[in-house]
Amino acid sequence: MTRFVRIRLFIVSAALLIIAATIPAQAQKLGPDGAPNPTASVTDQGTLLKQAPRIEGRIDIPDQKASVLEQPAGREWDYFHEILLHWGAAIVIVGTILFLGLAYLIIGRVRIAEGRSGRKILRFKAFERFSHWLTAISFVVLGLTGLNITFGKIVLLPLVGPDTFSDVAQAAKYVHNFTSFSFVAGLVLISVIFFKDNFPAKVDIDWLKQGGGFIRNKHAPAGRFNLGEKLVFWFSLAAGVAVSASGFLLLFPFYGTDIPEMQIAQVVHAVVAILFIALILAHIYIGTLGMEGAFEAMATGEVDLNWAKEHHDLWLARRLKEDHRDVAATTPAE
Amino acid sequence: MARMKFLCDADRCIECNACVTACKNENEVPWGINRRRVVTINDGKPGERSVSMACMHCTDAPCAAVCPVTCIYPTEDGIVLHNKDLCIGCGYCFYACPFGAPQYPQVGNFGSRGKMDKCTYCAGGGGPEAPGSAEEFAKYGSNRFGQGKLPMCAEMCSTKSLLAGDGDVIAQIYKERVLKRGYGSGAWGWMTAYHGDIKV
Repeated sequence: MTRFVRIRLFIVSAALLIIAATIPAQAQKLGPDGAPNPTASVTDQGTLLKQAPRIEGRIDIPDQKASVLEQPAGREWDYFHEILLHWGAAIVIVGTILFLGLAYLIIGRVRIAEGRSGRKILRFKAFERFSHWLTAISFVVLGLTGLNITFGKIVLLPLVGPDTFSDVAQAAKYVHNFTSFSFVAGLVLISVIFFKDNFPAKVDIDWLKQGGGFIRNKHAPAGRFNLGEKLVFWFSLAAGVAVSASGFLLLFPFYGTDIPEMQIAQVVHAVVAILFIALILAHIYIGTLGMEGAFEAMATGEVDLNWAKEHHDLWLARRLKEDHRDVAATTPAE
Repeated sequence: MARMKFLCDADRCIECNACVTACKNENEVPWGINRRRVVTINDGKPGERSVSMACMHCTDAPCAAVCPVTCIYPTEDGIVLHNKDLCIGCGYCFYACPFGAPQYPQVGNFGSRGKMDKCTYCAGGGGPEAPGSAEEFAKYGSNRFGQGKLPMCAEMCSTKSLLAGDGDVIAQIYKERVLKRGYGSGAWGWMTAYHGDIKV
């Protein structure tokens, strides 16, 4: 090394050392008395929870969920499930049953005004009936097993004791999980089959204005499905999709979802399911007790001509034309 | 009556995972289940802290509240036990737990969960098996509490950062520590678990 290079090396290193020595230690914070304060750099749990709803860190194990140190939202979800859902569901379902009871007491069973004609016409084909019943029976099974998760420990556990109740709940869990697939299949079928007959039409406004078939002396026109049935279709489709999607997430937990998403999926699933149950209770009432001549439509597929004339006159006219039957033949025999 | 709690002094925890190893060994915890784990906040940055976390044995435990078969319950000492015979593996206790304590073995395709497993405070299980019996050990792990001993994780902690015992006693120990050394980042999780923090 030349002399010049050695001098330059010495000056630069000395300068660096002097600079390093004079800069105060940045990383270490000092307390008010000048002593080192190790907690000064720490973000305490209160601040962390204000920044984000949960505290996360780094972990050594492959389970990523374990990196969440604390998620206080768990207590909030507990409050939703144990308090809000219990009370909300009880009020909605019991309220619906009471409302339907009231409807039966006040309106009673809607009779076929001119009596049965004795002549039938086909309303629902075999495949349509199959699709409906596949969905319906799946729904009832899913509804009962689902309600068991929320209300079983209140309603059933005191009756059968913890061991039997656990066995029942365990079986109910598997039944619920597997029946969900037949429900989705049925839902897809009825959505596709009845889609075109459920589009809103002008006649639905007239049906509504005439009191929707509940007022005896008013004639409410309707196509194959009246406004009430169309609303049931669209609400069922929406609720069915919501409950299937959230249910799917619950069925495959943490496949792409994290803890908050699972909690939200459960909330959506529970709330939509309760409202869906209320809707279907009303649908079952109208299709069985509430209206004479309705149940056979879905049971046998055929309906009485007078029933069709009173409730779905536009549909009946179209069907008779298709069948080349005489419209005058709809008048009942004396 | 003593009210059992856990306290992890985050300023002493060196992330050695002795607590994790001790728990796994003492209770023969199956592969894939992690009753206790160490989480590191701000890893590599100033103010890095590690906290050892398992079940906190909360006051009004949310897991016990949401369980559809009521298989989780608190004992007189505040320890939250559960009965694996009644558990249906629905997974709700994990959604409710603020600390992620419940673990489930995978028994089927996709998300099928087996019976819930979690830290038992080394106090055996909440089932009908006799305390300290071989059947209880096979299902729930060791029952040190029945012999008057504290959980293995706290016993094995290399720096005595993880404290277990009566809540008032360990709160006192922590308070004295903080006063003596002049710093402390607090009792992590105490507000959420026990609805009460330690004032120093």
